[in-house]
Amino acid sequence: MPQKKPEKLIEENDVRIDGRKLDELRPVKIEVGVLANADGSAYIEQGKNKILAAVYGPKEVHPRHLALPDRAVLRCRYHMAPFSVEERKSPAPSRREIELSKVIREALEPSVFVEYYPRTSIDIFIEVLQADGGTRCAGLTVASLALADGGIPMRDLVVACAAGKVDGRFVLDLSDLEDKGGEADVPLALMPNLNAITLLQMDGSLMIDEFEKVVNLALDGCRRLYTFQKEALKLKYIAVKEAVEE
Amino acid sequence: MPLFYERKQLVTPGDLLAEGDYMTGDNTYKDDDKIYASRVGLVDYEDRKVYVVALKAFYIPSVGDTVIGKVVELGTSGWTIDVNAPYLAMLQASDVMDRPFRPRTSDLPSIFDVGDVIIAKIVAYNRTRDPLLTVREPGLGKIMRGTLVKITPTKIPRVIGRKGSMVSMIKRETECQITIGQNGLILISGKTPEDERLAVMALHKIEEESHTSGLTDRVTEMLRKKKEGVEHAQKKN
Repeated sequence: MPQKKPEKLIEENDVRIDGRKLDELRPVKIEVGVLANADGSAYIEQGKNKILAAVYGPKEVHPRHLALPDRAVLRCRYHMAPFSVEERKSPAPSRREIELSKVIREALEPSVFVEYYPRTSIDIFIEVLQADGGTRCAGLTVASLALADGGIPMRDLVVACAAGKVDGRFVLDLSDLEDKGGEADVPLALMPNLNAITLLQMDGSLMIDEFEKVVNLALDGCRRLYTFQKEALKLKYIAVKEAVEE
Repeated sequence: MPLFYERKQLVTPGDLLAEGDYMTGDNTYKDDDKIYASRVGLVDYEDRKVYVVALKAFYIPSVGDTVIGKVVELGTSGWTIDVNAPYLAMLQASDVMDRPFRPRTSDLPSIFDVGDVIIAKIVAYNRTRDPLLTVREPGLGKIMRGTLVKITPTKIPRVIGRKGSMVSMIKRETECQITIGQNGLILISGKTPEDERLAVMALHKIEEESHTSGLTDRVTEMLRKKKEGVEHAQKKN
């Protein structure tokens, strides 16, 4: 179903193309521990995005020579399924996917206690099943949950959200259409309890004062997403507890 | 010097647990004088120590632990064993043999072959060295029969129970022999497959509901109910 490029992305009454308000997140659904064979796993639906993350490790490194004597190596693969976008995407990792893998790895690394497990590797796999803008952020959010589900010691969860400028207005959590048709997109990842930013990128151009507003909007989005993230992580255990202690 | 959670409350990584003059216990870390959780689990306090009982974690070898592992590789002078940890363990051939070990004349596969499951004890391990195992103690060695169950290693203390109350209850109710590996693998050998199946069910129940209270009673109840069902079915036949 090809999407037509609309004339206007934001109506006069501040309603966005998908019916959201300017500072509204897309509906989120998160589930933790969805894969039996992975050490840790999580699944997220954010608007039309559908992303699965799996974590394996810590385990011996293959190939051996990549092992580090003082800490674990964190490896990350961000991959989009061929059917995740409108035009079939080649399953081979593209330039963009390789870059996103690196960016996501670097955003997660400060949250993980890699120095606890020298000579091992922790492997993260992020599989985008359906994409609609903001997959790097949603991918980061689930990957962090998969790490926590795998029992890997972490300083904090990492939660990511984008904000940007579309039709001259500042908006939160851009969809694919807004990303492509807008003026700027700023993805941001945050460790909420430590109040530390682990990823900050910008696509497009903004004035300095505009940039500050957009960053604050994205930070606010991250904090709101964090409550969903945390709830999902606890849900697995709370459900069991309530079932037996009724 | 406040504490931010009640005992046995569920926390996630990054949750601020305490501030001030406290000590860090398991699954927590300190930044300035703030203590945060580093794993999903239940908080608890002991004097000035703050710790988290993890609900899921992997096994980290520790000297003196009895573990159950699988032979994954045959070397020239020993075996490589998977003990369900981030590191592969080594078992030296000289450890198994009474006479001096000669690589040319000794037939390693006839002692342990790839795929064999063994009970062993960890004799050495540190950050720079892979764990070293021994089987030179009574009760250790190759496993010939029984059922293996794998559970999260952090729940092993729950399976054992206070002074072994939980395992001894399961042993009594199912009439099975149970060997617990600290690495999360448990060997069950009973007189009949039905007995073993009962014990497996009990262990899975403990793993799933480890963070709830009154568990021993609930497991006992479940086992008694299931046992009646089995006996009933056998009478019918």
